[in-house]
Amino acid sequence: MDIITTLFSYSFITRAIVVGILVSLCSSMLGVSLVLKRYSMIGDGLSHVSFGALAVAAALNMAPLAVSVPLVIIAAFFLLRLSQNGTIGGDAAIAVFSSSALAMGIIITSMTTGINTDICNYMFGSILAMSSRDVYISIVLSVVVLGMYILSYNKIFAITFDENFSRATGVKVDVYNMAVAVLTAITIVLGMRIMGALLISSLIIFPALSAMRVCRFFKGVIICAALLSMVCFFMGIVLSYALEVPVGASVVAVNLGVFLLLTAISKLKRG
Amino acid sequence: MNNLLTVKNVSITYEGKEVIGGVSFNVAQGDFLVIFGENGSGKSSLVKVLLGLKAPSKGEIAFAEGFNRWEIGYLPQTTAHQNDFPASAWEVVISGCLNQMGHRPFYGKKEKEAAKKNMELLSIYNLKNECFRNLSGGQKQRVLLARALCATGKLLLLDEPVAGLDNAAAADFYEAICKINSSGVAVVMVSHDIHTSLSVAKHVLKLGNGNELFYGTPIDYEREEFFEK
Repeated sequence: MDIITTLFSYSFITRAIVVGILVSLCSSMLGVSLVLKRYSMIGDGLSHVSFGALAVAAALNMAPLAVSVPLVIIAAFFLLRLSQNGTIGGDAAIAVFSSSALAMGIIITSMTTGINTDICNYMFGSILAMSSRDVYISIVLSVVVLGMYILSYNKIFAITFDENFSRATGVKVDVYNMAVAVLTAITIVLGMRIMGALLISSLIIFPALSAMRVCRFFKGVIICAALLSMVCFFMGIVLSYALEVPVGASVVAVNLGVFLLLTAISKLKRG
Repeated sequence: MNNLLTVKNVSITYEGKEVIGGVSFNVAQGDFLVIFGENGSGKSSLVKVLLGLKAPSKGEIAFAEGFNRWEIGYLPQTTAHQNDFPASAWEVVISGCLNQMGHRPFYGKKEKEAAKKNMELLSIYNLKNECFRNLSGGQKQRVLLARALCATGKLLLLDEPVAGLDNAAAADFYEAICKINSSGVAVVMVSHDIHTSLSVAKHVLKLGNGNELFYGTPIDYEREEFFEK
């Protein structure tokens, strides 16, 4: 209990907790759609592109969000296209795209500012990075994502379950896919400064996988993933403070622990 | 003639190659058309064009007045990712009603009744709360058929509906289709199972190398095939 009161006594940690929990909420809900549609790699790809974009912003001395948000949204559009045309190994194309973006980022930084603490923080995450503007952006983002998942729940279900059927019955599938990709892009840009470019995709994938171990229906999976994700993030940040390890890594560790626990439970249940 | 669907001289290209060259047929109310042909004869492309997922390179497709392309009840081939998808049979069936929802976000009484009616028609209402991934192949197809029925009252489009089913399940499925067809719903079925198809069809369309090899009634088809041999 002491740890938690101390945590909230620092305003920067409070900001990180607020942003982190809201990002966890968004990423887990979007993650359910992405994982079920076999698009999990998009999250990974976007985080690498986002790192490249932040490196460019640092080199040009520009505001990080102003550069990375539009660039990552464009990348989201391309990655979605790549995964949809399954012909020329969409997943391989994503891997090529994302590692190239990461490499460009590293080259640009080495040639300009050098690998400094900022860049290190982008890679592995930092709790210090959140400004009050990030808090506002994450609140708006969460409202949009929650609103979309509540109001369009039935359409999102139909599209995730069967894209061709939905298209044939006149649902605007491309609009929804694009909305998911854009929202994922913004979520990743916001979240990667806490979690790190290398670890942010776990916020998308883990909660969905864990929730699918125990929930049988789509609605249950979404709600369960959202709750798990927020709880895991909070536990992760407490753990990180207690053990003095980077936040990103401890959040992933908690998520992994929960995933293994739920897998074991579902195995036991089935006998 | 009350044609729901008229296809005139339609050609389709796929990745720069012509897979269908000039196919014409029509589907009347209550009709049962079976489209068959070898793999690669352009059946799947034709399905996509009928659904409006793909544009034909030539020719035209016309629908009866008052019948919208969105109101085709489509039964797609199951995809691998559906086999571990967390969904109840009920959720899947009622999602067929989305094309009548407009901008309403949630299902109302009308949609729930339609879903219930169609599940009862296919005797799967008892599976309502079952998890889709735990159903047998035949049950899954019935759930997807009920979803297609929720989307249409006039025209079903079935893409290889019995592929992967054992003989008993396939026979059950055909029986269900015939029941629906005799209630006045037109059926277009793509299949490579020629023999059973001939026994249920009112018209057949045979495709080969992208060309229309035969279009007519099953009796004429059998006669023609007999003389060819």
